[in-house]
Amino acid sequence: MAKKEVNLVVSMFGFFEINLSAVYALWVRDIIRFYRSKSRIIGTLATPLLFMVFMGFGFSGSDVFLGNVSLDYKIFLVPGILGMTILFNSTFAGISVLLDKEFGFFKEVMIAPVSRISIVLGRIAGGTTITIFQSSLILFLSTLLWFKIGSLFGFILSLAYMFLMSVTFISIGLAFASRMKDMHGFNLIMNLFIFPLFFLSGALFPLNRLPEPIKIISYINPLTYGVDGLRASLTGFSEFSIMTSFGATLFFALIAVFVGAYFFEKSEYL
Amino acid sequence: MDSIYVKDLVKKFGGFTAVDSVSFSVHEGEIFGLLGPNGAGKTTIINILTTILKPTSGFVKVAGIDIKNRPEVRRNIGIVFQDPALDNKLTGRENLDFHARMYGLDKKSRSSRIKEVLELVELTEKADVVVEKYSGGMKRRLEIARGLLQKPKVLFLDEPTLGLDVQTRRKIWHYIEDLRKEENITILLTTHYIEEADYLCDRVAIINEGKIIAVEKPSKIREMVGGEIISVKIDGKAKPFKDELIKNGLAKEINERNGLLDITVEKGETKLPLIIKKADKLGLNIDYVSFRKPSLEDAFLKLTGRKISDEFNNIGKKGS
Repeated sequence: MAKKEVNLVVSMFGFFEINLSAVYALWVRDIIRFYRSKSRIIGTLATPLLFMVFMGFGFSGSDVFLGNVSLDYKIFLVPGILGMTILFNSTFAGISVLLDKEFGFFKEVMIAPVSRISIVLGRIAGGTTITIFQSSLILFLSTLLWFKIGSLFGFILSLAYMFLMSVTFISIGLAFASRMKDMHGFNLIMNLFIFPLFFLSGALFPLNRLPEPIKIISYINPLTYGVDGLRASLTGFSEFSIMTSFGATLFFALIAVFVGAYFFEKSEYL
Repeated sequence: MDSIYVKDLVKKFGGFTAVDSVSFSVHEGEIFGLLGPNGAGKTTIINILTTILKPTSGFVKVAGIDIKNRPEVRRNIGIVFQDPALDNKLTGRENLDFHARMYGLDKKSRSSRIKEVLELVELTEKADVVVEKYSGGMKRRLEIARGLLQKPKVLFLDEPTLGLDVQTRRKIWHYIEDLRKEENITILLTTHYIEEADYLCDRVAIINEGKIIAVEKPSKIREMVGGEIISVKIDGKAKPFKDELIKNGLAKEINERNGLLDITVEKGETKLPLIIKKADKLGLNIDYVSFRKPSLEDAFLKLTGRKISDEFNNIGKKGS
């Protein structure tokens, strides 16, 4: 029996090629793994859910001002919690290639005759699917509590934001993983990167409460635009125009993919 | 035709030379062994041949392709790493399917090939069990099956039976023999188990401290030691006994290991009584005597002045 090769290779501008079959293999693997680890599904949902429920009830009734419009804090909070879910889970999904390194599977991936960019895209495909599933679940639970999604179009738009934000943070996670040997550095990244981004994104409180110098950090924070875009599409209230937040989110996603792919290309595989 | 061709291969890590100007070639269809103690440079050589590491200098061709052409080499080889490289959360079949897709096999050849390799390593019944629940031997078999999926021209096995019990080890050997018959493949394996090299390999390269000392058939290497070996355990001082045997020309060479004296002799059958008499004369008690043809271990000891591994001794006892 002769071996047949599937010619599912897409060449991008002649610079690099993408092996679609490899991207698909990596995607399937991530989905199976996610499906098999029920504790992970519950574990990753618990934190954002607790934040949403307790902060939502705790601050219920207090008004938050965005520009000169006010809205109830528990409505304001929901898109922020979605942003939190995406930020934490996606960054972790990116960094988790280190777990593969620890368990040896990384070699199996890296030795395959496929381009590195295919491996990066496979990771992104799996990670975004899972992240969108998780944040949609949070969104669904929020509607059972108190939240109302503005419109169907708004919902679809929010999925686009979830996707782009997820791409951004998985890529950043991959870039981190490429420079790390094992998961020991994860706490450091959690405290010096993830939490600051989270607090300075307008997820928990509007940015206008922050002092001017710190505001600058918020404005270069990719999560700021993602959260604001989610808020705009789901509630109709936002700090920036949709054009601004969508443009910025798209921009950050593209930059992040290139940075992630670059570092991953440079990384060693032993 | 040579399936693997290595010329003046050097690999340095900083100031340390892990592979020191190594040259050898492996013929098509051959099972070739790299035999040496841990840290001899075997895995480094395999990593270079499989394009995981770049050599410092030298020329290497695998399956007729220069290793500088990484993707092409990779498409033509299969690898079983020393440490497990399976996804424990996936089933055996899913692991194979993942691999087949990474290597671009189409749907039809994927399913037929997966079936074939599962049968070869007798894992068909366990194919849909999560790898987490596999034993060490089953995992190794699955990895061997995976290495064969893409019908490689050359299969690399890095310590294929490391850490497995004797029974499982024998079983793996049978699979490796079978697959040579069925898959028409060249196999390069590393091992520090002499018995393994002796049993499986057509030719063996003995490696020590990054250098190849000899490349020969296992039987030839054994002949290089010459004569037979009498191992004795004596109660008392060995030194005068050793001196006496050498002086009288009773022994060609004497090595000490694990409290035993390995005495290399010609025509052992006639020398044995003389040696025992000599011990008597010196007032030494002999607790234990064994008489054997030289093994690869003896050859290695003779060629390098060091033992391959302590594990060997345990295997040797259990196995023979």
